[in-house]
Amino acid sequence: MDQPAEISAINVQAINAGARQKSEPLYAARQSIHPKRAEGTFRRLKWIVMLVTLGIYYVTPWIRWDRGEHAPDQAVLIDVANRRFYFFFIEIWPQEFIYVAGLLVMAGIGLFLITSVVGRAWCGYTCPQTVWTDLFIAVEEFWQGDRNARIRLEKAPWSFDKIRKLTLTHISFLLISVATGGAWIFYFADAPTLLQDFLTGEAAFIAYSTVAILTATTYVFGGLMREQVCIYMCPWPRIQAAMLDEDSLVVTYNDWRGEPRSRHAKKAAAEGKPVGDCVDCNACVAVCPMGIDIRDGQQLECITCALCIDACDNVMDKTGRERGLISYATLREYNHNMAVAVNPQTAQIEPSRVRDATGRLVDAIRHFDWKIVFRLRSLIYFTAWAAIGLVMLLSLLGRDRLEVNVQHDRNPVFVQLSDGSIRNGYTVKLLNMIPEPRVIFLSLEGLPGATMSINGIGQPDGVSFAIEVAPDKLRSLRVFVSQPPEQVEPGRTHFRLIVEDKQSFETDTYNAIFEAPDL
Amino acid sequence: MADNDKKEIDELSGVETTGHEWDGIRELNNPLPRWWLWTFYATIVWSIGYTIAYPAWPLIDNATAGVLGWSSRADLADEVSQAAMLNQDKISAIQSAAVSEIAADENLRQFATAGGASAFKVYCVQCHGSGAAGSAGYPNLNDDDWIWGGTVDDIYSTLMHGIRYDADADTRFNDMPAYGGDEILTRAEISDVAWYVRKLSDQDFDETAAANGEAIYADNCAACHGDTGEGVAELGGPNLSDAIWLYGGTHAQIAAQISNPRMGMMPGWGERLGEAAVKQLAVYVHGLGGGE
Repeated sequence: MDQPAEISAINVQAINAGARQKSEPLYAARQSIHPKRAEGTFRRLKWIVMLVTLGIYYVTPWIRWDRGEHAPDQAVLIDVANRRFYFFFIEIWPQEFIYVAGLLVMAGIGLFLITSVVGRAWCGYTCPQTVWTDLFIAVEEFWQGDRNARIRLEKAPWSFDKIRKLTLTHISFLLISVATGGAWIFYFADAPTLLQDFLTGEAAFIAYSTVAILTATTYVFGGLMREQVCIYMCPWPRIQAAMLDEDSLVVTYNDWRGEPRSRHAKKAAAEGKPVGDCVDCNACVAVCPMGIDIRDGQQLECITCALCIDACDNVMDKTGRERGLISYATLREYNHNMAVAVNPQTAQIEPSRVRDATGRLVDAIRHFDWKIVFRLRSLIYFTAWAAIGLVMLLSLLGRDRLEVNVQHDRNPVFVQLSDGSIRNGYTVKLLNMIPEPRVIFLSLEGLPGATMSINGIGQPDGVSFAIEVAPDKLRSLRVFVSQPPEQVEPGRTHFRLIVEDKQSFETDTYNAIFEAPDL
Repeated sequence: MADNDKKEIDELSGVETTGHEWDGIRELNNPLPRWWLWTFYATIVWSIGYTIAYPAWPLIDNATAGVLGWSSRADLADEVSQAAMLNQDKISAIQSAAVSEIAADENLRQFATAGGASAFKVYCVQCHGSGAAGSAGYPNLNDDDWIWGGTVDDIYSTLMHGIRYDADADTRFNDMPAYGGDEILTRAEISDVAWYVRKLSDQDFDETAAANGEAIYADNCAACHGDTGEGVAELGGPNLSDAIWLYGGTHAQIAAQISNPRMGMMPGWGERLGEAAVKQLAVYVHGLGGGE
């Protein structure tokens, strides 16, 4: 084994340490957190996730998608004014909002699935609050330096340099915030046009107010409030306790190999005292964006960003111990290892119980096993998630792009004409749900002798009408159906109104009723 | 006084108490947070300014108007006139076009139908019903039986000038003699002609009586109701050969109408609603399904 390097402890305390020790008023003033930059696998992963999520957010509205001349060419567009939602090759009408609802259900179940397997991965990696806070901390570090420099700057008296650095930091925050709020509105209108209008002051008031509000929330939540949003405002940390079980991976301080911690390990070892792997250097606390000490165990504040794992692994490399003093571990695994480490007589952790004479971890220690991911609970979540997705996909592929909706007049229910015929009025809505103009044939079936007339369509009474419907539009028609007196059945008769596109062979049928006087 | 200045401090929290104690429980004198207090004062100042700027203080028979002169009625009037401004193009197009032109133009027709529907609900439903289906004595406007003609122009004229409406010189007017009341025909003759009218409209009838009634009909009724009872729209003579009866189609009802006719009255709306509104009403009524 290499000569272990000397690790100097960092002077830092978990922000929630006080509350754990003595009873104090419920309100505690915020202590500012200046996380140290972590280096390692999880930091790299977080950079990548940040790049991907921010990239998706900023770039998506600018992707073009050709839908022909009758529809917008923006790949993702929520057209509120015309009540259409475009997503690449999919176009959603308001009555098809169930697909969006289905996606939300899938997102919910997906969150349960991910949480039950890898804990609060959403919080740690992809939540906008985390991503933007991470970005803002990086900006802060760019202008003000690493943790120690930032602490010094905070304590320093006001000077030109301090004002300059703080101003630059907050201007950067605001620029990012404006860009964040600005990107949002492009999802709701043609992005290039809106950008031009926005810059020339011609965009709608709602565009400016939306940008202003989102700029403010981004700046306040990401730049100023940061971890307080997670701790005090977000419901998810409260719900997560119900989502985790003993097989969920959570960021864990493995005190079965870390304790008793010691800052003077060599000296203590020389004195023959038991010494765990933890050198109590506080590196895990210093890198924590939430400012907590993971060695206190699972806690509400932990967003499982795993930066403490990176920090501790680096320390373990230097002290010549194997990595994983802080690691993703399940409660079951942890409890097993803890049982190995604790001397039942003294109820104390004894490092000698987990390591053999050569300093290797004994075989009884359990390590992470990928098989744990495929347990019943996660399979049930996955099955439900995939089933909803599959059903939605199938119904999306087979959904109608031509529809007819019919409302029977309520007042009067029927009208007697001068020749004794009975006439019923209907509001018929033809839905052409493709971005092409179509000629749709509306015809009447199953009502003997009956004919239709349609207001505003210059055509004599008949049983079939050719009606032009504009691209991606609904056309509402007043349709009157009359039946000659000798063929009228008293009471209610069912018949069919059929729409047909003779080019694409799409049809839709409405089972309508014809009302006549009772005998 | 000076002796009472001693403050009692709660040991556990280190906070001064108010001196109030219930069952050994003492009340801490925690001050309100300063931001809260200042916000509270700010709302007081704000409310004073508000009552000066806006209508607020109740007086005996009205209230202070507020120096800004704001009123919800003025707001509403503004909104109404703004809405009118938005529709100004269409209203003036309707004003200058003939009713038949409006009915032929898809855009104007839709606008006029919507406008006519809302005017109908205010001015017409009292007699004709909300679905325009009428009732006994009040014509159903959905059907294809029109006493004074069912083209959009005919309907427009009827709406403009009314029927038997004294205040308008151009009103539609006719008067059916009271054949029984004025003793022009005898009871038997009236009964016979009523049976003949039932024959004209393809209903069950008394053969002999109808045969007697035929000549009486030709002498007294055909001038206004037509030789075969088909009606004369120019004169407002109702069609007696169809299935639609304003005052009922039984023998007794027909006879009663011949004897002492009821004749409806409709006001002319031109002066009251203006040309544009009446044109919209005409287009709406014509589009109810029975328009010719």
